[in-house]
Amino acid sequence: MARDDKPGPDTGIQMDSISMAFGDNRVLRGVSLDLASSEVTALIGANGAGKSTLIKILAGVHTDYTGSITVDGVEHHIDSPQTARRLGIETVHQRIAEGIVPGLSVAENLLFEQITSGEVARFASLGRLLPRAREVASCLDLPWARSFLRTDVFEIAIADQQLLVLARALSRRPRLLILDEPTSALSAAEADRLFGVVRRLRDDGVAVLYVSHHLTEIDSLADRLFVLRDGRVHVQQRPPFDWNTAVKGMLGEQVVFEQEALQERRGADVVLRIAGIRLFPRAEPISFDVRSGEVTGFVGLLGAGKSELATGVIGASPFTTGSMTLLGRPYAPRRPADAIRRHVYFVPEDRASQAMLPGWSIASTTSLPFLSRFAPSGFIHRRREARHARSLIDDFDVLATSEQQSVDTLSGGNQQKVVVGRWMRGKPTALLLDEPFRGVDIGARREISHRVRDLAAGGAAVMLFASDIDEILEVADRIIVLTEGTIRSDLYTSETDRDQILADMSEVA
Amino acid sequence: MEVETAPAESSRLNSPPRPTSAGRTTDLARDVMVKYGFIVVTVALIVWFALSEERFRQSSTIFSMLKFTSTVAIAGLGVTVTMVIGGLDLSVGAGAGLSVTLAAMTMVMWARSGGVAVIVVLLAGAAVGLVNALLIVMLKIPDLLATLGVMFVVQGLKLVPVDGQSVSSGMTLRDGTVARGSFSDGFLQIDRGKVGPVPYPVILFVVLTILVWIFLTRTKWGRIMYAIGANPEAARLAGVRVNLYKAAAYIISGVFAAVAGLILASRIRQGDISAGNSLLLDAVAVSLVGTSVLGLAKPNAWGTALGAVLVGIVITGLTIKGYSYYWQDVAKGAVVLVALVFSFTLSRRKARFVPAV
Repeated sequence: MARDDKPGPDTGIQMDSISMAFGDNRVLRGVSLDLASSEVTALIGANGAGKSTLIKILAGVHTDYTGSITVDGVEHHIDSPQTARRLGIETVHQRIAEGIVPGLSVAENLLFEQITSGEVARFASLGRLLPRAREVASCLDLPWARSFLRTDVFEIAIADQQLLVLARALSRRPRLLILDEPTSALSAAEADRLFGVVRRLRDDGVAVLYVSHHLTEIDSLADRLFVLRDGRVHVQQRPPFDWNTAVKGMLGEQVVFEQEALQERRGADVVLRIAGIRLFPRAEPISFDVRSGEVTGFVGLLGAGKSELATGVIGASPFTTGSMTLLGRPYAPRRPADAIRRHVYFVPEDRASQAMLPGWSIASTTSLPFLSRFAPSGFIHRRREARHARSLIDDFDVLATSEQQSVDTLSGGNQQKVVVGRWMRGKPTALLLDEPFRGVDIGARREISHRVRDLAAGGAAVMLFASDIDEILEVADRIIVLTEGTIRSDLYTSETDRDQILADMSEVA
Repeated sequence: MEVETAPAESSRLNSPPRPTSAGRTTDLARDVMVKYGFIVVTVALIVWFALSEERFRQSSTIFSMLKFTSTVAIAGLGVTVTMVIGGLDLSVGAGAGLSVTLAAMTMVMWARSGGVAVIVVLLAGAAVGLVNALLIVMLKIPDLLATLGVMFVVQGLKLVPVDGQSVSSGMTLRDGTVARGSFSDGFLQIDRGKVGPVPYPVILFVVLTILVWIFLTRTKWGRIMYAIGANPEAARLAGVRVNLYKAAAYIISGVFAAVAGLILASRIRQGDISAGNSLLLDAVAVSLVGTSVLGLAKPNAWGTALGAVLVGIVITGLTIKGYSYYWQDVAKGAVVLVALVFSFTLSRRKARFVPAV
């Protein structure tokens, strides 16, 4: 939808006291954002802060919000995606697949809105579409040849799909362009081209809302920064940005429950040696040792590479670069089974989808990774299995009526005790725990912390991954801060503190 | 884009609806119905047929019913194993049909013994299973679609060497000569033979049911297969070689389809090209019925066996009562739907054994 009126200096889109709830879950609690024309406004926040909901309100997806939205001084209720589009709000979603239509050519995808609106004849020959498609592509200076425009959109690279969606949004000359993690599929050069486009748009008077986990991008691009946490704006800044404050606002000051002084231990023997591994194609290779006898905590924001590191070490998504040794011998797991054979175990981040088997008993869940031990001849020794599960229940104080109780009926904390416990009883050489305290009550969290520290004291290497500094400080002896796939700092807890870690996490390259 | 309503979602998963004190009696009634409802229905049907029809009371009727049920049940056991790993084998009917043609070709066209025919057929069944497995595991084609494709290919391919003709002794071959071989007596005994009053196929059916039951519930391999069906990602992260077990499930299914085909071949005594065509739907149907029989809401060997018997009883009963053949499909469909109501609607265990495409 082309608009000829150039917005003036005081125009743009103002969101005032926007609130939104899904049932009892209040996702936004009075958010006010000023998305001024000729400005790039950046929005950051941890998972669950409310970013997606906010974007979806602007895009007309969530319509039952309260508060007001003013566009160029006139109040509007955005009650549908069509209304959003009419107001000149264009959204480029993070998931590119939502923006393209498979089976159609690049040209048809570029002109998709015009085709569905009837502006361009539905069955126009591809040849007739090409000139107009090139017009759309030119909004982004895309040097796409005719043969490329004829290609099926599924055959082109993801980066090109991303640029296509962006070009289409730009061709409608938006008043507000929302970019949600736009660089996740782009190479460095393509990302740079995108940044150039964003700057040019800003200079042309467009308001840009830029949502990203990449602080570096925001640092170089944004004119304004809003930090969202628990549905509220906690920090707003103008450049130069104070990233320390921003990240603090993002993560929040945790209510620290009375904590026994952690007796820092330093390990001696190298268990796992990691050399020259790239966590992302663009990231610098990293190398470090994990030693037995100490708990090594890995902390970083979303997208820092924690999950990539953990899943690589246990072989769930094997590294393609660098090498590892375990207890001095080469270690290159191609699948989790290989890691488990070497006694390298993993407690995944998302319990429900990665560790729990719906309807399974505590006993079966406990024995699954070590079934051969309970079934040396192939037949499961059920009494031995039950005895093993009962002793785990006693040992970890799992709240359950019997070892045959379904794991579905356990609380999150008790489920996690079962998952952590089953690995601990398998004599780990190394135990990796990814966000082990997520959805876990304080009691279970303490129990698990104690066990993890005891395990390390007993000579195992423990790697704990979390985005919450306080969780890490609670258990780790040594803290490695990851940012954008590289090691920002690697210090023992006595050598650093919460503020220092925050500073490291928020340091921008 | 992160799903920001995730906490609500996970808390729903973590705490299944707890019965309120007011609803406890009805919940108990529901649990009893889910657990024993199907068996009660089966017994009631048997009693009704037995009281109203004299012929239904004869043991020969019962055994002939069980004999005809055995092919469906055996193919169904194979389907059950694939359902356990979260898949579904649609090629069992075609696999059984291939077995019939291959058995006839081995004995009639190549004049080999019944023993050779059995070996050829079992190997071919395993090969069909292996092809399914490779398509699903290596080429990542969804289970339903891969086995659907293989079904068509196998159905067509088996007709090539026989020029689309049924194979029977005395037929004229491509080179103008007359086929020298014939179905061996030993091979014909597969379907005809009896121990006392019990036909061999019924014995085979019971033995295979027990074996599959033991395999699935008592061995680590069966346990692992259930784990894959319950949550493949969790199984993989717990060290399960998911692809290996998926492949094994399809090979087992292929071999079971071949066994069903051997019984069919022995029964019809020629390489009937249409044999096995109706077996697929029946085998899938009894496996689905089987999920509800014992209230487990998951695929299981005894359920499939009892499901096959129940369908057999209904069909036999209707036939004796003089209903036309077309009522058979209506009855089968009704049985399947009632069973699915038990598994999906009434059971509080979350039934999850239908693969997504």
